[in-house]
Amino acid sequence: MSARLFRPLFMGLVGLVMAMPLLILAGVSLNAKKRLFFPPDGISLRWYGELFSDTGWLNAVKNSLMIAGLSGLVALSVALPLAWFLWRYNVRYARVLFGLGVSPFILPPVITALGFLSFWATVGMYGQFTAVVISHGIFFVTLPLVTISLGLESIEAEVVEAAETLGARGTTMFRTIVLPLVRPYIISGYAFAFVLSLNEYIVAYMVAGFTVETLPIKIFNSLRYGYTPVMAVVAVLFVLLAMLVFGLLARFGDLPRLLGAWTPEDR
Amino acid sequence: MAELQLKGVGKRFDSVTAVENVDLTIPDGKLVCLLGPSGCGKTTLIRIVAGLEEPTTGRLLLDGEDITGLPAHRRNFGMVFQSLALFPHLTVAENIAYGLRIRGADRAAQNKRVSELLEMVQLPGLGERHIAQLSGGQRQRVAIARALGLEPRLFLLDEPLSALDAKLREAMQVELRLLQQRLGITTIIVTHDQREAMTMSDLVVVMGDAKVLQIGTPLEIYRNPVNTFVADFIGSSNLLPVTVTGRQRVDLAGQSLTTPSIGAEIANGGAATLSIRPEDVHVLPRGTEGENRIPGKVTFIRDVGASVETHSDCSGMEVISVASPKDRPSVVLGDEIVVELPPASCVVLSQ
Amino acid sequence: MRRGRPESLTGWLSVSWPTLMLCVFFVVPFTIMAAISFFHRVEGGFYEPGFELANYARFFTFFFGRILGFSLFVSGLAAVVCITLGFPFTYMLTRLRRRRQVVWLVFLLSVLSLSEVIIGFSWSMLLSRTAGVSNLFVALGLMDKPVSWSPGFAALMLGLCYLAFPYTVLMLYPPMSRLDPQLPEAARTLGASPLRTFFTVIVPAQRGAIVATLIMVFVFTLGAYLLPQLLGRPQHWTLSVMITDQAILQSNLPFAAAMAIFLMLVSLALVGLTYVIGGERDRS
Repeated sequence: MSARLFRPLFMGLVGLVMAMPLLILAGVSLNAKKRLFFPPDGISLRWYGELFSDTGWLNAVKNSLMIAGLSGLVALSVALPLAWFLWRYNVRYARVLFGLGVSPFILPPVITALGFLSFWATVGMYGQFTAVVISHGIFFVTLPLVTISLGLESIEAEVVEAAETLGARGTTMFRTIVLPLVRPYIISGYAFAFVLSLNEYIVAYMVAGFTVETLPIKIFNSLRYGYTPVMAVVAVLFVLLAMLVFGLLARFGDLPRLLGAWTPEDR
Repeated sequence: MAELQLKGVGKRFDSVTAVENVDLTIPDGKLVCLLGPSGCGKTTLIRIVAGLEEPTTGRLLLDGEDITGLPAHRRNFGMVFQSLALFPHLTVAENIAYGLRIRGADRAAQNKRVSELLEMVQLPGLGERHIAQLSGGQRQRVAIARALGLEPRLFLLDEPLSALDAKLREAMQVELRLLQQRLGITTIIVTHDQREAMTMSDLVVVMGDAKVLQIGTPLEIYRNPVNTFVADFIGSSNLLPVTVTGRQRVDLAGQSLTTPSIGAEIANGGAATLSIRPEDVHVLPRGTEGENRIPGKVTFIRDVGASVETHSDCSGMEVISVASPKDRPSVVLGDEIVVELPPASCVVLSQ
Repeated sequence: MRRGRPESLTGWLSVSWPTLMLCVFFVVPFTIMAAISFFHRVEGGFYEPGFELANYARFFTFFFGRILGFSLFVSGLAAVVCITLGFPFTYMLTRLRRRRQVVWLVFLLSVLSLSEVIIGFSWSMLLSRTAGVSNLFVALGLMDKPVSWSPGFAALMLGLCYLAFPYTVLMLYPPMSRLDPQLPEAARTLGASPLRTFFTVIVPAQRGAIVATLIMVFVFTLGAYLLPQLLGRPQHWTLSVMITDQAILQSNLPFAAAMAIFLMLVSLALVGLTYVIGGERDRS
């Protein structure tokens, strides 16, 4: 097999395997009957209709979207000043702070979820909406922290110095130079946190699973207590939403760069 | 008036001394070059002047006023960086107007100044372009315009032309010099290219090993280098090991040569280096007698059209002579010749 | 870009909010959890404050040891498979034209956002008898009749690798995209075939990134708590599953906390290892 053919073949195969779950989800969501057989029975949009008419599902959608939106902001509020501080100053325990910011995400989620459970139970806020928002916010701090740090690193030191010689410092420097250059990374960090929060199960479950039902919780409950294809509908919509968000990021920003790819010419 | 004085300025980074005890006066309205090889401290020095580094010792005085503690953003010194450091998220006009904008100047004032500067650097009408769309030479000019935006008292440039190709660089050297003279602005340029320094400066400060080695006009430094390092760095030079035999005499491999007065720091009998520029060395046919003429044999001839370079072996040492085409010596490879080192052109340096 | 320590109070102010948030909502919860791991479990409910090592003592049972061993084995295997497939894949990805790269990246990011629940559900369907891939093979004539491959060890491995693959690629992406393209070109001009170039030039050049990603993927898969339940049989349940099980279903928070602390220490040690290796690489 020639080298030329190998690459598209290999990548194509991997891509196919990656796409298979998405295909089957689409299949289940469009299936006329409840149980999916191969070959499929018929196409129907009834499950999509059910999602948007069933109050249980709609409520879960609302919860998920609100939690994702708000927790993303919480994560940003922690990540941005921290990343800026670590970039601007030379403090001895900087690495510790960065490690702290990155830990919630690196550790197995079960552990973080359990930690939050213990905390909120002790503090008496177990089961509350705010508790989920804050938990997700802290849990997902890592993503904007990493992307914003990446963005700050990409700013040439001499650009900042040039601004200094022209009279900029402190908040002016931040407002006119740093922020505009780091904005795409802030947005992408938020987008990552948002999309991942929508899909997050265990932390939301352990903190307020019985009172605040998010979509992943509802899906899992459906799996256990009564299968319905509406789960697949949700999954398909989530994937489409993710594709939309990341597609927009790619369209308006430099996605390879946002993910850390710098060619030597860039610097 | 903008005269800068550096008194005893030094900078240490942990255990490394980047700049040691620099005493320097940059006269008002003059273009001064800090010249030296990489690592000699010239970039650190200009950064100290800009306020981007704090000196470990010494003071800086601008027209007598002590500015050592003044932070960079209050000094109003226009600086062009080696990487140009143009703001990638702003257009050409926004880059140039930046200093004015953050000081709260109104739109009209900003626009007026921007057009003035674009005219000055010969880029009229390019205001709305984005930085990424410019060529190297154009970016260069934008960086210059931006630095001059606030009519700074000092104009600092750190290897400004190093990213340009040779032809463009030579053209820019002349342009920059003319611009500086027209504005009459006190300017400091850092460069490792001695031809650049010779072309543009009123004064050259040669640096090596964190120290200032010599200060003088380009011609002074060329004609009277203070040590072998400077002699070798500026232009090319024949550096021949000799022994001092008198206050105006040295011995070169058994031959006695007359030289200008030798400094007191080299005692009779001491080792020294004789420096003489190739264009001062004459190649003559064997047999002609005269002062400072030593025998040799031609080992290599390089004719590059604009000049002819003749390499000779004189008692084991290589002596290079350069002549214009019309003064070309009529010799061929292997000829026995005589090399003349006119006394007035000889400089005796301690090793 | 660092310039010394903050001069004024406002400098320190910027970091005070993040530090406060992280301390209150991260450090404190973990301290509480650590405390709970020493508490006494009360039947039919939570726990009462106390100090006993009974929970940790259970680590030394055969039962626990088996689960721990299996968890480490499964994560290790998944990490190796992901790297083996992911490394060449990422290399090929970085050599693509920009447009194609971006399409793939959007695709991978979208797959990455899939939750474990969805992945587990989809793969259990894909491997089922009635609607799964085996039906496709039957239609193509490769098999006689459809078969169910889930739950089972292979199903679990497939699910774990699927879960970790986009993560692997995105971790390898930065270092691989910075690889000097002239390196393999130089090898080619010296007569090396593409395969040879790959193994003798590319792989060694990315040694550090490979090891670091290996460890990170290992830690990542250790955290899978649903896939072993959805795609595996009870003997395939990993440590994370046990923690969830004990915490929620058995209401044994102290034991769950103890296992969580243990898992956390293992994870932190491994992540710390990547830091050390990275530091060594920088120094050499």
